[in-house]
Amino acid sequence: MQLIYEQSTPGRRGVKLPASDVPVAPSLPESLLRAERAGLAEVSELDLVRHFTNLSRRNFSVDTNFYPLGSCTMKYNAKVLENSANLFAPFHPMTALLPGGVELCQGTLGMLYDLGQLLADITGMDEVTTQPLAGAHGEMTGIMLIAAYHASRGNKAKKKYVVVPDSSHGTNPASAAIAGYEIITVPTAPYGDMDLELFKKAMTDEVAAVMMTCPNTLGLFNPHIKEISDIAHSHDALMYYDGANLNAIMGKVKPGDVGFDVIHVNLHKTFGTPHGGGGPGSGPVGVKSALIPFLPQPRIVMDDDGLLQLETTNQGTIGRTANFFGNFGVMAKAYAYIIMLGREGLIRVSEQAVLNANYIKERLKPYYDLPYDMTCMHECVFSASKQLAHGVHAIDIAKFLIDRGYHPPTVYFPMIVKEAIMIEPTETESKATMDAFIEVMIEAAREAELNPQALHDAPLTMPISRLDETKAAREQKVCCVG
Amino acid sequence: MNDSHYCPHTPEEIAEMLSTIGVASVEELFAPIPTELRAKTFNLPAGMSEFETYGRMQELAGDNTPGMVNFIGGGFYDHIIPAVVDHLSGRAEFYTAYTPYQPECSQGTLQALFEYQTAICRLTGLDVSNASLYDGGTACAEAAMMALRVTGRNKILIDGSVSPFSRQVVKTYLFNLDVEIVEIDPLDGLLNRAELASLLDDSVAALLVQNPNFFGSIEDFTAVAGQVHGVGALLIGSVYPIALGILKTPGETGIDIAVGDGQSLGNPLSFGGPSFGFIAAKKTFIRNMPGRIVGETVDKNGTRGYVLTLQAREQHIKRHKATSNICSNQGLCALRGLIFLSAVGKEGLAELARLNRDKAEYAKARLAAIPGVTVLQVAPTFNEFTVSLPKDAAEVVAELLKAGIAAGVPLGQYYLGSENCLVVTVTEKRSKKEIDKFAEALQSELIAIHF
Repeated sequence: MQLIYEQSTPGRRGVKLPASDVPVAPSLPESLLRAERAGLAEVSELDLVRHFTNLSRRNFSVDTNFYPLGSCTMKYNAKVLENSANLFAPFHPMTALLPGGVELCQGTLGMLYDLGQLLADITGMDEVTTQPLAGAHGEMTGIMLIAAYHASRGNKAKKKYVVVPDSSHGTNPASAAIAGYEIITVPTAPYGDMDLELFKKAMTDEVAAVMMTCPNTLGLFNPHIKEISDIAHSHDALMYYDGANLNAIMGKVKPGDVGFDVIHVNLHKTFGTPHGGGGPGSGPVGVKSALIPFLPQPRIVMDDDGLLQLETTNQGTIGRTANFFGNFGVMAKAYAYIIMLGREGLIRVSEQAVLNANYIKERLKPYYDLPYDMTCMHECVFSASKQLAHGVHAIDIAKFLIDRGYHPPTVYFPMIVKEAIMIEPTETESKATMDAFIEVMIEAAREAELNPQALHDAPLTMPISRLDETKAAREQKVCCVG
Repeated sequence: MNDSHYCPHTPEEIAEMLSTIGVASVEELFAPIPTELRAKTFNLPAGMSEFETYGRMQELAGDNTPGMVNFIGGGFYDHIIPAVVDHLSGRAEFYTAYTPYQPECSQGTLQALFEYQTAICRLTGLDVSNASLYDGGTACAEAAMMALRVTGRNKILIDGSVSPFSRQVVKTYLFNLDVEIVEIDPLDGLLNRAELASLLDDSVAALLVQNPNFFGSIEDFTAVAGQVHGVGALLIGSVYPIALGILKTPGETGIDIAVGDGQSLGNPLSFGGPSFGFIAAKKTFIRNMPGRIVGETVDKNGTRGYVLTLQAREQHIKRHKATSNICSNQGLCALRGLIFLSAVGKEGLAELARLNRDKAEYAKARLAAIPGVTVLQVAPTFNEFTVSLPKDAAEVVAELLKAGIAAGVPLGQYYLGSENCLVVTVTEKRSKKEIDKFAEALQSELIAIHF
């Protein structure tokens, strides 16, 4: 398809601007002005509409295709959430920061406060900050809170390490690094969880925090989690919960009850807000009371009259991790989702997410290697090692699925599973959809044996076939020249 | 309550699935969670219908005071949003897709992001852009960390006329990294160049400036870029994309890394988010860029296509050695930015920028005519300017809020000794009538003091 810039005709416009009702101001000095106009598109409104509508049709999406992308919780995004967020579009964030401004923003501040309370109940935490803008941003905020906690106790120099299992998301060590920590990685044991003995050896008084995803990225709940947090606490290390997999356990277990001190939740995963082709997400962070003094500012608090106020006088705060109050529009959607589903609804979400993952796991087990064969939570991880014997890789199976109209599962993650295929169906998919997907996965396994070339050639039905990624990295053409 | 609209299984289907799995109940699937760890309480309220949910959301929105006439900016700006932006970014094929890791079925998102990167490069006059960051403040922090990596040094200088919010975000990000941060107090609302000269040496990684700055002043940093480069440091410029319709580009100025908040490009105020951060840089720094980057390539038939590239910089490959921890970005907001820029277009953006300046200059003259009100700037301004009032600006703002006018951002809470100063923002959306009404209200408020 042509780029929008390749469809430009000089002088053409996509929108008419308001006419001016004030005098023309004197020109700025030449030295402050750009020499030429920015080379933006010059197209009519219809050109624009056709271009982006046709571009959109070159995407798979949850609304058009089953999207069993492990670790990403690609559930259906209820339409009323979009309508709900739009209600808040006109409110300027600075209003709340003006003298007398909080009184004008009781609705928006109230929603953030309520959302914090609901998330605190779901996760077993004492207070939630809604400032972090995505999951990784929440991780960074959370580890900074832990660093501030240790510093307040005179242990800044002593605490040097963050411990993560080797199955962790890459964001965990990357976020800990921004908070100034070095990383200790603990291998996974044959039983699918972080190796308990090696973990014990790794733990010293120099460890600041242990970051865990539970259920982990293999989709397994770690039955030793309480023991692990007890060991961490005995070394004055805090427990960080990566909430990426929270969809599996709502109402079943609360991270705060099993020893976690800090948690982030991904509203765009568990709480039904759309992924937007890569964002915006939202990553509120919940903490136990000992960490409240370090939360980012401004902190939303309720005064004795039930009015919401912004507290900015906290001396221990880590400061600010974003300019305003977080991704408010995303939080409005998540809030609507939580109040709509309610207690029973959220329990049912987790139950059916787990049921669906186990169903797919059982049905595909005869055809694909299942390195950790046990009851899983909301996702299951296969390996294409049987298919590899025929020269077929996980990526080939992924591309075959695209031809059949399925977005592929996550492949090659977690890194500890060779040729990993990570499937997360989510609770919103029907049995019929999963059955049809299972049949295509079985067909892929059969093709791998009988006709591996067909898998290597896939996809054939898309606007493009497999791309030359080496060329992209070598030439680094990241914008249209001209 | 029946939740089958989001959890579709019938009891028969559940029974069938349980039998395939070989367990008697759904509860059995939770057996790996030890009983003693199970949640003892779960106190959420009962669920409600879609209709009731929307009603509750309307109630909450109604608890905010509607219809404020905004003369406030401070990083978020009340600009027009063409109808096409909502309609096209509202295509579910865009907003319910994930990160385009599988390029064959994600060409829509990938090509749009390539076009977005192109728009940012052309707007800033720089060579490379990524596919978006979180917001303007975090983009400043990412740029600072990028400069630390590029130079191998550990000192960042920040002009005190950069947004106090962005400065605070940078400080929070760098707090644990053994980085020295030196803030340069502004002089007459501009960068204090004499102090800068005294601070520049070969320990400095970068200087962060903003244009127009928090007070609204426009500065030409071309000479500063030369000075900064003279000691081997980088110049980071936080810029306002609407102003770039007419203002000298970061590329022309000699800025190495340009960042900013993309809210003004087609994203609603939405109480502060979501918006997006943008970052653009000279080509030599591409391997130190944070976040996702889309690159052009071809498929095996030679057909042009787009793919996430240089991923070896990113956290999912490099883990703790990554150039940033960012994973999810603000892709859909960046798409809105692209659609906005493509609708407004080449001439339109310049026209929009001039319209903002015309409105602000009218307001400036109108306010300056009020006895006791002085415009503080000697420097030219874009759509924001700072006035000094004969009394505490916070009190004046609080009074005018009652009349439905958000008069501006009082500076006192951000700059000691500036209690009487007010930063006023005037976008193209403010009519002459609204500006006149504001001026009249301010005048009566100030007269009221004298009596």
